[in-house]
Amino acid sequence: MNLLIRGGRVIDPAQGRDEIADIAIVHGHIAARAAPNSPEFDATGLVVAPGFIDMHVHLREPGFEHAETIETGARAAAAGGFTTICCMPNTKPVNDSATVTSYIVERARKHAVVNVFPIGAITKGSEGVELSTIASMKEAGIVAISDDGRPVMNARVMRRAMETARALDLTVINHCEDLHLSAGGDMHEGIESVRLGLRGIPSASEDVMVARDILLAELTGARYHVAHISARHSVAMVAFAKSKGLRVTAETTPHHFALTDKELGRYDSNYKMKPPLRCGIDVEAVIEGIKSGAIDAIATDHAPHAGSEKMQEFESCPFGILGLETALGLSFDCLVHAGHISINRLIELFTSGPAGVLRLNRGTLREGAPGDVTILDPELSWTYDVNQSASKSRNSPFHGRAFRGASVATIVGGKVVPIRPEAAKY
Amino acid sequence: MTAGLLGIEGLGRPEIEAILERSRYFQSPGRYDTLRHRLIVNLFFEASTRTRTSFEIAAKRLGADTVSITASSSSVSKGESLVDTLNTLVAMKPQAIVMRHSASGAPHFLARHLSTPIVNAGDGTHEHPTQALLDALTIFDRRGSLENLRVAIIGDIAHSRVARSNVHLLSRFGASIVLCGPPALLPRELEQLAPGVELTNDMNEAIRDADVVMMLRVQLERQHEVPMAAGEYFRFYGLRLEHMALAKPDAIVMHPGPINRGRELSSEVADSQRSVILNQVENGIAVRMAVLEKVVA
Repeated sequence: MNLLIRGGRVIDPAQGRDEIADIAIVHGHIAARAAPNSPEFDATGLVVAPGFIDMHVHLREPGFEHAETIETGARAAAAGGFTTICCMPNTKPVNDSATVTSYIVERARKHAVVNVFPIGAITKGSEGVELSTIASMKEAGIVAISDDGRPVMNARVMRRAMETARALDLTVINHCEDLHLSAGGDMHEGIESVRLGLRGIPSASEDVMVARDILLAELTGARYHVAHISARHSVAMVAFAKSKGLRVTAETTPHHFALTDKELGRYDSNYKMKPPLRCGIDVEAVIEGIKSGAIDAIATDHAPHAGSEKMQEFESCPFGILGLETALGLSFDCLVHAGHISINRLIELFTSGPAGVLRLNRGTLREGAPGDVTILDPELSWTYDVNQSASKSRNSPFHGRAFRGASVATIVGGKVVPIRPEAAKY
Repeated sequence: MTAGLLGIEGLGRPEIEAILERSRYFQSPGRYDTLRHRLIVNLFFEASTRTRTSFEIAAKRLGADTVSITASSSSVSKGESLVDTLNTLVAMKPQAIVMRHSASGAPHFLARHLSTPIVNAGDGTHEHPTQALLDALTIFDRRGSLENLRVAIIGDIAHSRVARSNVHLLSRFGASIVLCGPPALLPRELEQLAPGVELTNDMNEAIRDADVVMMLRVQLERQHEVPMAAGEYFRFYGLRLEHMALAKPDAIVMHPGPINRGRELSSEVADSQRSVILNQVENGIAVRMAVLEKVVA
């Protein structure tokens, strides 16, 4: 596809570029000059950024199609401004083999309006015992390995996974949670959990595994990435690992810098996720980590659940919330408009940040890169209506929340993705 | 949210005082018809004898019709969700639902989806508001005021909804509260729960100069690990007569029941003059009459 995006403020952190310019896409790739008779997109007054990448989503297919499919998840991604998403392997069956990987790749090719890259399981069935067929999955198209949601508790298994990943040039992503420390917990452990009589998940359950993994990353030389970092000591340890030259990176989620555990007072399961919403000082540390560079990427951990699953007693509800459609609004509000970071840094966290973590040839508007572009309006006021969501599920705590700043067009391979007019912004 | 009674934490001192005042009126036995032709459903998802019976008697003394349902006999065992169970009951038009559930926040969750007032008869390890009200009434019966009283609450604090509701209530009335238990059952954050709360792992320290010693049952059914062997527990956290020498001379011993003799308190203490355990049971009916009347009438 060919396209000429005219007159926008082009911000490409990978090149340190920030200027009013035109961006041409020829045959689906960024080009120096537009092809003759290219369709045009008028971006005057808007920001033109590399296509946003969400390196951590759950698309629920195969196995849980009642909650989400690759098709609906991809539509939600496009509605939220993402051109690329990476889906975690906790499907049914678990994506622990080339067969499942190929299935996802094929379904995405046919049905997804954005790029979908699978992440393979570290261990068979994500049971933490035996390594999965990682090399074969890499051939089939995985971009990283992770047992997200079911962290590898056995340090020796994790060591072998890191050695394997290093040889294959893959990043190991871990959901850091010591399962013995967090067992039975429903929310962050602190005064709020004590007050509400809910069982706690201490920050230490995240910290001890981050510490272990950083030591293993040093031992093996692997590229290692902390998923959805939420605890202040974990942020500090990642910063320390970076200062020692280790190949350690981290992502955080919008809800971990936008919300605290004080939201749980009404026992609303739309505030139940893992890691749990932490307390104020952790949120401050996460924001500091975003500012300082300890945190490399923002990822949504988009986790759809059918309505009936979330309409239960709090302790019976599953963990996780929708994220794709509200990530930008929250990031603009809580980070840019709040004065913590520039729009340039925001774009970095969604583009070259995650691309660097996964070594994807994306996240930049350099000539020859894939023609993925996200067009932003930092001042657009809108309100989130979860009932209009492109996702199959409705489990968002942000229904009815007003935002300033959004994506206004999502361009994948030079093609403007049609977003339903009744999409979740009004 | 409709005006039920979900917890003490959301109540102001005047509201609590009004309930206690009305409870005093109901302390003298009698029959009333203020809730005649009103239907109250007691819905107990957890085993309970005293609380359920107490609510039933309270409702009957006010002239209400009552239906009591326990989880084992309900459709819950057939896989119906909590919301559907409640919606079904609400369709039968009760004026209030008295509910006990093992999940903290279950009544709060339901209250957001139902229009019928809910009276929380204990939710998980969160709150048990009528217990705190009857405890307060019992203390007031012996002392004119809660101001500056030293109340020791001893035992499995972590899993105790009684402790949480009592802390909120006693703190509102200016009492100083000492929470005591073995480390695994006494989260350090409890100190921030309300003004006037201190913590100790030493039972003697907790009881010293106490006006009220409130013992809690060891909630084995809620503990997911064994924090202390039973014998060790009784030795260090079981109340015996000799402990009472440390307390104020007129100190009273309370327990929300059911008591486990030889586990958290000795028989001698349970049956002593200091014990007001049966007064608590009696006051439970008066308090629940006041609460039901307030919620329904």
